[in-house]
Amino acid sequence: MLNILKIAVRNLTRFGRRTLLTSSLITLGIVGVLLFIAVSGSFKAIMIGQFTDAMLGHLEVHHKGYVASIDSLPLNLNMQPTMVEKVDQVLKKVDAVESYSERIKLGAMFSNFTETTSIRINGVDPVKEAATTPLLPGRIIEGSKEGALIKPGEILIPTVLARGMKVKVGDTIVLVATNRDGSVNGKTFVVRGILESISGPSGKDGYITLNDARDLLRMKEPEISEIAIRLKNPAKLDQVYAELSQELSGIAGKQGQSAMAGKGGGAALEVHTWADLSPFASIVRMIDLLAVFIKVMMVSIVLISVMNVMVMAVYERIREIGTISAIGTPPGRILSLFLTEGLLLGLGGAALGTAISLAVIYALNVWKVSIHFGMQEQAIKLSPSVSASDVVTIAAMVVIMALLASLQPAWKASRMDPITALGHV
Amino acid sequence: MSLVFAQNLQKTYRSGEVDVLAVKGVDFTIEAKSFVAFVGPSGSGKSTLLNMIGCLDHPTSGKLTVVNTDVATLDRRAAAEFRGKHIGFVFQDFNLIPVLTVYENIEYPLIMVQAWPEAKRRKQVTRLLEAVGMSGQASKRPDQISGGQKQRVAIARALVTDAKLVLADEPTANLDHDTAYRIIGLMKTMRDELGTTFVFSTHDPKIMGEAEVVFTLEDGRMQQPSAKAVAGHA
Ligand SMILES: Nc1ncnc2c1ncn2[C@@H]1O[C@H](COP(=O)(O)OP(=O)(O)OP(=O)(O)O)[C@@H](O)[C@H]1O
Ligand SMILES: [Mg+2]
Repeated sequence: MLNILKIAVRNLTRFGRRTLLTSSLITLGIVGVLLFIAVSGSFKAIMIGQFTDAMLGHLEVHHKGYVASIDSLPLNLNMQPTMVEKVDQVLKKVDAVESYSERIKLGAMFSNFTETTSIRINGVDPVKEAATTPLLPGRIIEGSKEGALIKPGEILIPTVLARGMKVKVGDTIVLVATNRDGSVNGKTFVVRGILESISGPSGKDGYITLNDARDLLRMKEPEISEIAIRLKNPAKLDQVYAELSQELSGIAGKQGQSAMAGKGGGAALEVHTWADLSPFASIVRMIDLLAVFIKVMMVSIVLISVMNVMVMAVYERIREIGTISAIGTPPGRILSLFLTEGLLLGLGGAALGTAISLAVIYALNVWKVSIHFGMQEQAIKLSPSVSASDVVTIAAMVVIMALLASLQPAWKASRMDPITALGHV
Repeated sequence: MSLVFAQNLQKTYRSGEVDVLAVKGVDFTIEAKSFVAFVGPSGSGKSTLLNMIGCLDHPTSGKLTVVNTDVATLDRRAAAEFRGKHIGFVFQDFNLIPVLTVYENIEYPLIMVQAWPEAKRRKQVTRLLEAVGMSGQASKRPDQISGGQKQRVAIARALVTDAKLVLADEPTANLDHDTAYRIIGLMKTMRDELGTTFVFSTHDPKIMGEAEVVFTLEDGRMQQPSAKAVAGHA
């Protein structure tokens, strides 16, 4: 084996420039893929962080059917207190849950006493909401970020609304809402702050306290529209989702409601991930798709360049192949001679490419490349990183592709008829 | 038992629509330790015969025994194994492996064809380097030595596995006259020292004079009085 290796290395260095060119192509391919994975991964994480940490939470629990008609914020699909109680118990029990926040969602008329428009409102517990969506306070672009998110009688409004209605921090406004029974109620609020609007569901919602929302809607019982959940480790999303779905499926609604829930049997609740709720999940999927596409490109580069070089190598050495075959070298050994050359090309390119990629990723982290996301003033630092498993898979893929690419030329070399090969000029 | 025994040996090539009769039923025997030449004009069938003896090609019909083996029936793999075990080859164009040194070229069959242990290998290669007078050039690459020196290395490579039979198709065709003589002389010395049978082809009349047995081919047939002398059984 050692000597096949020696001969392969000698042959590669004999055509040094060609070897260099091919392995640098492979290197380039690997660097491209690893850098894309690292940077897009970081970008993706930041983007997902915006959805989960500034508005949605990682998971949300609703009454069955609520999400399907979420655009109309249906008040008749709220969760009843007994149900909320049971969900509370489950969530307290699940270790992976960091915090959760109950919300009442409602549509209301927003008036500055001269003009009126519509607004979507979240009634929340300020402490729980801040714990569940920790980036929410950071979205306050006018008004103090310090202290409680909102106090009773205060409202946070989105910047689009503030601008359109010419409302400033400290102004008094009126919210008018129609409750479930159709009766109308109004309540005044002081603008506590103006929220930066962000893209996505609830990105242009206002916030008031949970109790104010109940007052406004004249709720007899403390109903809840949704429960947003924040996980300790977002990477475990799918696992926790499955666990919660399982746990919560045991909670049945009132007789009439579970009948209404229809197909789902007894289950009266539904759990959704942030990705189910955000149209931007498709962008994340696009990034993943792009990564696959780039990987396919890299694999093609490796395949084509190695195959090209190996076909050349076999063609140039036909007489040499004839010679070693004539003197009795077994076909299998001729095969492995050429396979080893291809393998070494792949290994060299993979090693170099991985080293360069890791160096560049390290440099990107040291120099702190930052991007602006939406209109947030604070730039977000890109922190590209690749997992060891990504590095290993990519490198292994390259090496395997290099081997596959040399298989055909090597096979051809091992099958050559010695007389024909010796006669080749 | 003779080393090579051929009876009514025939070889037909199909080239397109026509059959080319390259060897048209020849009989001959080659005794062990003999020094044999196949001579004849171009196209007379010398290479075809040597290729069949060397198990590089199958006879179309007839009987061919080499080292007690009916080689007409060997398949690809078995033929390769047989060649590696019993036959050494010397080529017209030397055919050394360009990326290996003189030493490594001679060592090659001991690693890639047979599996000799390191110490035994070193002893054998050193011995043959000395025998062909190339000890001083052991670490040179083939492109750093002359044609005659290349052929010396090739002869050492053919002998390194202790082959019983060395086949050389026109081994001197690419060498000047003096060098050609010296190469044939070296082969004969090797035969004397190691007892290896040498069979070569040539169309140089002076070179063929060095052979102890001469088979003359003409258009695929053996000319009748063939043997000059039968020697080599020392
Ligand atoms: N692969 C082949 N296909 C068809 N015909 C062939 C083939 N090889 C050899 N021949 C023919 O067989 C005959 C004998 O060829 P061979 O090469 O054995 O002659 P040779 O005596 O070695 O000639 P030279 O001295 O030129 O080397 C020639 O007529 C040649 O054209
Ligand atoms: Mg010939």
